[in-house]
Amino acid sequence: MHPLQPLHVQDQLNRRVFLGGAGGGLGFAALASLFQPASARAGTPAAVAGFPNFPPKAKRIIYLFQSGAPSQMDLFDPKPQMEKYRGEDLPDSIRKGQRLTTMTSGQKSFPVAPSMFSFAQHGDSGMWFSELVPNMARHADRWCMIRSMHTEQINHDPAITFFQTGHQLAGRPSIGAWLGYGLGSENADLPAYIVLTSFGSGRPDDQPLYDRLWGAGFLPNEHQGVRFRNTGDPVLYLADPPGVSRDLRRATLDRIATINASRGAALGDPDISARTSQYEMAFRMQASVPEIIDFSDEPKHVLESYGPDVHRHGSYAFNCLLARRLSERGVRFVQCFHMGWDHHGGLPRAIKGQVKDTDQATGALLDDLDQRGLLDETLIVWGGEFGRTIYSQGKLTENNYGRDHHPRCFTTLMAGAGVQGGLTWGATDDYSYNIVTPDQKVHVHDLNATILHLMGIDHLRLTYPYQGRDFRLTDVHGEVVHGILS
Amino acid sequence: MGCAKVSRCLAVVVAAFCLVSTVQAPNAAAADTQAIDFNRDIRPLLSDRCFACHGPDEEDRQAGLRLDDFSAATAELDSGLTAIVPGKVNASELLARITSDDPDVVMPPPEVGKPITPDEAGLLADWIAAGAGYRGHWAFQRIERPAVPAVADAAWPLTPIDRFILARLEQEGLHPNAEADQTTLARRLALDLTGLPPEPTAVAAFVANDSSEAYGRYVDQLLASPHYGERMAIEWLDAARYADSHGYQTDSSRSNWPWRDWVINAFNRNLSFDQFTVEQLAGDMLPEPTREQIVATGFNRNHRINGEGGIIAEEWRVETVIDRVETTGQTWLGLTVGCARCHDHKYDPISQREFYELFAIFNNVPETGTIMGQATQRSGGNADPIRLLPTSAQAKKLARLEQVVVDAKAALATEEKNLKSLAEAWAAEVREALRNAGEAWQPFEPLELTSAGGASFRRSEDGSWLVEGVNPPQDSYTVESLIPAGQFSGLRLELLPVAGLAGGGFGRGGNGNVVVTKIEAEIDPPGDGKAIPVVFKRAEATYQQKNWEAAKLLSGKKGDGWAIDGNRADINKPRTIALLPAQPVEVPENSHLVVTVRQESKFIGHTIARFRLAYSTEEPSLLGVNGLRLPKDVRAAILAAVENRTPKQQKEVEAFYRGNVAGPIRQAEAARDAAQKSLAAFRKTVPSAMVMQEGPRREAFVLERGEYDKRGEPVAPGLPAFLPALPEKEPVHRLSLANWIVSRDNPLTARVWVNRIWERLFGVGLVKTSENLGNQAAYPSHPELLDWLAAEFMETGWDVKRFIKLLVTSRVYRQAATVTPEALTNDPENRLLARASRIRLPAEVVRDTALASSGLLVPTIGGPSVRPWMPDGVWDETSKYGNLRNYKPAKNDDRYRRSMYTVWKRTAGPPTMLMFDAPNRETCTVKRSRTNTPLQALALLNETTFIEAAHGLAKRMLAEGGDQPADRIAYGFQVSMGRQPNPLEQQTLTDGFSADLARFTQHAQAAEQLATAGIVPRPDGVPLAEYAAYTLAANVILNLDEFIMRE
Repeated sequence: MHPLQPLHVQDQLNRRVFLGGAGGGLGFAALASLFQPASARAGTPAAVAGFPNFPPKAKRIIYLFQSGAPSQMDLFDPKPQMEKYRGEDLPDSIRKGQRLTTMTSGQKSFPVAPSMFSFAQHGDSGMWFSELVPNMARHADRWCMIRSMHTEQINHDPAITFFQTGHQLAGRPSIGAWLGYGLGSENADLPAYIVLTSFGSGRPDDQPLYDRLWGAGFLPNEHQGVRFRNTGDPVLYLADPPGVSRDLRRATLDRIATINASRGAALGDPDISARTSQYEMAFRMQASVPEIIDFSDEPKHVLESYGPDVHRHGSYAFNCLLARRLSERGVRFVQCFHMGWDHHGGLPRAIKGQVKDTDQATGALLDDLDQRGLLDETLIVWGGEFGRTIYSQGKLTENNYGRDHHPRCFTTLMAGAGVQGGLTWGATDDYSYNIVTPDQKVHVHDLNATILHLMGIDHLRLTYPYQGRDFRLTDVHGEVVHGILS
Repeated sequence: MGCAKVSRCLAVVVAAFCLVSTVQAPNAAAADTQAIDFNRDIRPLLSDRCFACHGPDEEDRQAGLRLDDFSAATAELDSGLTAIVPGKVNASELLARITSDDPDVVMPPPEVGKPITPDEAGLLADWIAAGAGYRGHWAFQRIERPAVPAVADAAWPLTPIDRFILARLEQEGLHPNAEADQTTLARRLALDLTGLPPEPTAVAAFVANDSSEAYGRYVDQLLASPHYGERMAIEWLDAARYADSHGYQTDSSRSNWPWRDWVINAFNRNLSFDQFTVEQLAGDMLPEPTREQIVATGFNRNHRINGEGGIIAEEWRVETVIDRVETTGQTWLGLTVGCARCHDHKYDPISQREFYELFAIFNNVPETGTIMGQATQRSGGNADPIRLLPTSAQAKKLARLEQVVVDAKAALATEEKNLKSLAEAWAAEVREALRNAGEAWQPFEPLELTSAGGASFRRSEDGSWLVEGVNPPQDSYTVESLIPAGQFSGLRLELLPVAGLAGGGFGRGGNGNVVVTKIEAEIDPPGDGKAIPVVFKRAEATYQQKNWEAAKLLSGKKGDGWAIDGNRADINKPRTIALLPAQPVEVPENSHLVVTVRQESKFIGHTIARFRLAYSTEEPSLLGVNGLRLPKDVRAAILAAVENRTPKQQKEVEAFYRGNVAGPIRQAEAARDAAQKSLAAFRKTVPSAMVMQEGPRREAFVLERGEYDKRGEPVAPGLPAFLPALPEKEPVHRLSLANWIVSRDNPLTARVWVNRIWERLFGVGLVKTSENLGNQAAYPSHPELLDWLAAEFMETGWDVKRFIKLLVTSRVYRQAATVTPEALTNDPENRLLARASRIRLPAEVVRDTALASSGLLVPTIGGPSVRPWMPDGVWDETSKYGNLRNYKPAKNDDRYRRSMYTVWKRTAGPPTMLMFDAPNRETCTVKRSRTNTPLQALALLNETTFIEAAHGLAKRMLAEGGDQPADRIAYGFQVSMGRQPNPLEQQTLTDGFSADLARFTQHAQAAEQLATAGIVPRPDGVPLAEYAAYTLAANVILNLDEFIMRE
């Protein structure tokens, strides 16, 4: 046998053409590139690719990340019995010595703050929603509401990093990068993982986001999410320089291609033609991206359904509609991050701002996908990085309170492809402080394993070798929550 | 790394553990041509498939079987079976298990998804049959210099390196490529050694000189260039996770560039790598360390620091220390030490306890773990411990200011010696005052009262004044009166209700409330003397409305004021306010006191209905709105005669005087405070570096599951036992660790470093996994060469420039990059080096090369980070935190500095750098990926920097390239690629230029738009259309594949 293992040569050659250079070592996963349509990957040997591992329930994901941590007991987890404990201290039997952030660990008392908002049951399933989210409530029979989410992190940066990468410290690939790495792209003109961001009106300055949340970590860099910008070029440097028309750009690209081709022929390096094909891809993106963010072809009733904010570039409503348009065109993973949910004080006013931003558009997105027949193949996820405390941070008054971070239980919702609508999963104690359904606890790793599962991926098998170890999104944890699957 | 605890027997399914990787050892399947080599053929197999459960990690070891050690692997197990019986394949349970068909029996368990192939099983069988010889992991063996191999073609090699490479090629029946042409080599060397393209003149000189020394001399020139240090620093900054911000949530800026400049300078002065290492890890612990040696220690302060509100400081301090251990292990030893944070390492012989022994070495830095509440955070946002780095002028000023502080402290100490007598003199005065029973607040009789709004005043019997008559929406009362000579030390204003008015009856109009917006007082001496304004420093009220507190009178902010809830009849409290200066004001004989009470609120009619004024001559610090503020026991002590006071009372009097009464001591104290304040303020303007320091020893513990608050057994500083020990009795601390890392006996450091240099110059490391040389490492392509290079490097004094020269003067390096399809098929990654590799330039070099070719580059070295062109507010869409918001690019030289000086925000780096695979610098990175994406194409085509570069290159073509378009374009190509274009390239570019020129001549507006994009000034006297067409030609040149490749 040749020492360089000719069995892999064809594969490596293919990779070099696709990736245009050496990445990390060979993993078990498909080496599909960010912008490589599935059809163009035909040359990749199936034995190495092997993904998806089984027929996926969901073809695409729209993940509505609510950054800052929405309050579960004001939105989804009603605790009317708390009214009679108003202002009383959180009992030690509930707190159980759990660590608190230093924002409230110095508080002399932990007065119970019942939600100001009333709850009602909705749909055939009788799922509970608070009055704050009437449009999400309309879809009660579509949502799977997981009230038993939990995490270990108590501060924003590590908690959201943990959600996105399976680790609280920087350096690991994000969930979208993993998906792109495993499954590649469905659309030849668009990235496989697109990120949209919006500021909330509840707390307009909170919480910052970080590039690492959609980063590729140690995966080849092309798997990182591409963030569409809200000002200037939607994708950085998309616009040609002033004075350079499409025709002119086409002409210059042809010259580049001609010279590159002759260089490639002279040197024999296939990376050169790979470079040229990326320039072609860039040229196509210059056409496809502006078309996608131009909503003028949307019917009026659709625009109206998302609410007036849909016309404001960079709003949550705008991003929801954009997410649908991207998803429709085969972008496998669109993640919208909406900021502003961190309500340590003045929660009743701030949360109203947040639901004003998000409720109507979220409801409209579900309708819109449904009307287009896409909801069955699209997975929707709605939730934040942890929950909030039943006790008030700061002073509790008749009509005002704040809530600190709470990792031990919170609510995440899923809808669409592969999940059971109308199902409420897991339950919390009277204080929404601890999970009381031990066999229905859902850790962040479990949620991520489940999301991968719905995309046809066994989370144990989507690995990448780095520093002598095979890493995966769920580290050494994670169990698919089969009970919520349809 | 969070690996689950599993405790199951050999046959039980193991589903969750640290996952292991496939490592491609190039020789893994070479058994048919060579004898089995344990390290090359067997260890990678055992490590990858077996060690996770049968390796160094004692706690998770299954069935008591350990396969990383001969005696353990060949011992009888509790089950009575033996995994490996040397020479007896059939008796070896290992073989039975790996070849079993029974899913409950076969190893590794099918769930792991890493079966052993029949070929691999055959290899293991042959190895056992041959005696199952073990050898230690190759990278952990002392580095011995191997013999240089003989080669058939003795004429080809120029250096020993060439013989190692050629010997292998000959063995494979392959031939090396011919030498690359001179122009290619000129550019290759310049890019590799300085990160900048060669100047055309330098290329010409190099090509023209055909002497045998020309090549070496050209290399020497490049190594002597100050840009050599910049190029060498790039990867080092990645390893050191160097950035200009703290990272995490707020990600505010820091300013540790002096460390970055130290690195550049260290490479430039060719500091030996061992010294380079020692100074960065422990420069502060060297005997009488220089300022530079202390700055060097910034290496291990470049970690992130969490400043999020609500964090537990100790949790993040522990993360910082762990980061140092991981970064140091990764950078110098090529080991993933961090894997032992939560449990014994799965692959390498590092126990969890040993991890925390290393932790203990880095644990004594006087730091909090957070930037929150760190009062000492200063000088460019740097977090303690820091070292100030003043210029000589700054140093002089610092010394002067420090002397002022010293003097002021001495003066204070002198005054404090008089405390007893001063306190007693004061006490005597107070006693006298108390005996005279005088009121602290004395009413005064006005000479004149006026109302700005035209109201009139009527005196009541109690000395208060009722305001009557005109009732304006706002008003201002001025009261002038005689005041006795002596001192004035406070003013008091009482507001009194008037029956029949609205609410509580305090206000003349509106709802009965009053807002006082300002109170002014001045002492007006007789004659022409100027009035002395009284500056009030303290306000105290008997009642204050929320958000309208007494202190608001002193804020000076428009719209602020003191209000009293005067609309509420239910509050039965006096509404009195006292205003006090810091020091009493001297009152000359026959002076007047002029008081103005402004009531200029936006609330209509919130004016005073009735009031009374009083003043005081007492010590202001003792005065309150209700009279003297003497504490009860101090009062009692003062009233007691000196001889009758208890020692406690005496102390109380002195302490009260010391703390409250103006006098020589307080004056000296104020002077000292002022001196300290100006020193601190100046310090903030002096550059500084974040440095290492040994503070008091902190206790260290094994942390269970790696969690900061799960402390297990205490540990002392120590080094992993599998590596050579320190000399006996040598204490373990950072300095001894540093010396140990660069000792001749350390098997890893030199191998790691020479491999990384090799990787940079040849595309792939001799060990492909340059980030890991542990048990899971890929086997080296040329193990003897690796060891020869490592030995050579150490034995020539860790001389970096010498070593690099050795590599780049080799025949191997000088080969052409041309490749045939056959060669590409046989050796796609060019591991055998029968050719040179084409390597995409690193992100920084891509941009620097464009700037250099266009003539825009500003080659200044070092200094604070700069703000080149990036979109306005580039980081604002994802964060409104921190001081790096609202990004604005510079419009001066800073715009065109080398990319390594670009301000680097950690949570969102400079976008173009990230697109070209620069790491984000959040954690230590020793290997960059090299990708090819459409986003890179968009950046090179359209990013403003690259458009400005096209302008610059167009101007060079016009100014330096002759008169004819063809010549000018050829010149632009030459400047960028280091070679003349061939006919096809020339034709394509020239035809394109003609077409563009025609188009721009027709579309004048388009020409103007392109010509004026960015801020590069247009060339004089060149028609816009022509300039635009050259700009576009330059844009094409700067986007050719060759331009961003090192060929």
